[in-house]
Amino acid sequence: MRTETNDQKLLEGLAQNDRKAIETIYRQHYNMVQSLILSNSGYPDDARDIFQEAMIVLYEKVRSGSFELNSQLKTYLYSVCRRLWLKRLNQMQRKASPEVENLEETVPVEEELEAHERRNKDFLLMERSMNSLGEPCKSLLEAYYLEKRSMVEIAGDFGYTNADNAKNQKYKCLMRLKKIFNQLK
Amino acid sequence: MQDTILLDAVERYIRGEMPPEEKALFEHLRNTNPEVDQLVVEHSLFLDKFTQYGVTHRFKDQLVAIHNQFVQEGGITDQRPAIVVTLWKKYKRTVFVAASIAGITALVISGLVSVLSPKVKPSQLEYLSGQIAAQGYKLNKLDTKVNSAETPAPSFSRGGTGFLIDGKGYLITAAHIFKNATQVEVQNTLGEYRARIIQVDHQADLALLKIEDTTYHAFSSLPYGISKTGADLGEDVFTLGYPRPEIVYGKGYMSANTGYQGDTTNFQLTIAANPGNSGTPVLNNDGEVVGMVSSTQQNAQGMVFAVRSKNIFQALDAMRADSTLQTTDSTISHLKIPTTSFMKGMERKTQLKRLEDYIFIVKSN
Repeated sequence: MRTETNDQKLLEGLAQNDRKAIETIYRQHYNMVQSLILSNSGYPDDARDIFQEAMIVLYEKVRSGSFELNSQLKTYLYSVCRRLWLKRLNQMQRKASPEVENLEETVPVEEELEAHERRNKDFLLMERSMNSLGEPCKSLLEAYYLEKRSMVEIAGDFGYTNADNAKNQKYKCLMRLKKIFNQLK
Repeated sequence: MQDTILLDAVERYIRGEMPPEEKALFEHLRNTNPEVDQLVVEHSLFLDKFTQYGVTHRFKDQLVAIHNQFVQEGGITDQRPAIVVTLWKKYKRTVFVAASIAGITALVISGLVSVLSPKVKPSQLEYLSGQIAAQGYKLNKLDTKVNSAETPAPSFSRGGTGFLIDGKGYLITAAHIFKNATQVEVQNTLGEYRARIIQVDHQADLALLKIEDTTYHAFSSLPYGISKTGADLGEDVFTLGYPRPEIVYGKGYMSANTGYQGDTTNFQLTIAANPGNSGTPVLNNDGEVVGMVSSTQQNAQGMVFAVRSKNIFQALDAMRADSTLQTTDSTISHLKIPTTSFMKGMERKTQLKRLEDYIFIVKSN
């Protein structure tokens, strides 16, 4: 019972981007995932990538308002990492040793992973678009849409003569980003 | 122009910032004009994706920070326990035999060494350290012999750091890296490029290079600007350069207004610098280049001298005015030095990520 309430608290913290909660989950479960990867033809760097991707899957899930894991957090993370790693092994055509196939209790996570895959595709496309956008557009869009800073403040920092000019420029940048994004797609 | 007004209306509509009358009008427009309706739907979808990207991006950064902290605390060990354990079981006997042989050999060798090596007199050791002390005021240029094992092209023996001052491929670096150099190559996170020395100003210890390689893609703008005023005493500064084949970040402060022996074209930094840091840009918190690392004083830890950014302007003005250069490089007269930084108010790690691509390893023969 105690683990369940603890897990619940951590997930709520995670949904609010609470650093403490993220850190706790990291500390509690990283080594379990690392030993899974290392004992199945993986390297420490693979363990880091897989665990962090699983954390993003979990983050996306709790942010969409769903805290129902139907299992302990530990089992959930293990299941996600196991699926992710199997997929990675398949892609690399490294042979999965039998342990991955039949180790420990797992819960079905296919649905979440499909949703994650779609989101991840958009994320990577957006990242590529942003990287080819160039400055000052990139910083301008980040400052306004992501860091939510005011147009007046941004105009001052970037050296535009007034907020209206900065705003105009921002829209032009956004249209360019959209164009690049749609081209890459 | 029309597009941005419409987009502005769409965004205010999506965010619910429109006053009631305007909203009614806009909704009418939406109803009667399918293109506007389409734009609203498509734009809000795109903004969602963009915000999602920002959220995930920030979360990823956070994960990386936590991971690094965890590694530093020793919470993660890079061992492969399962495999090590099975190997250990399998080869236990062999390991023991090998270990005892190694142990015996080590004992024998250390015994032989202590018997055969000549006794060093204490006075000799003192003499050596005295000699170094006597050289204490000699400048130690921060260039480095590039290890031939690390670079595939053995013809490059000297190295330093350089940074772009114009996206077209103009780089600034330290002049002392080039002594009768005929070949120059630069390398950043994106690739390796051939470069040409446009001008060397040994007095100012500045060199201007130009990347001349078809694989190089020009940057339309640089994230940093070159400061016309420079740094103030006590101001926090940071460096990003290549003392190793890996890019290295350093943090320190401006500790004196002049350089070696009162040189006013330089200033003094207290920062960690190593061979290979020559030519490294020195930036302030706003991401403006205030100087370029040039040399260090021997025997003085963290005492580093840098060329003032003001002198970069002066040296470049002189180079531009030099008519002989116009004939060898026609674009030099269009060289435009950026003065605004686009990294103000950003977190340091974001600044470093922005900077990376614009800083190069400089190799010469």
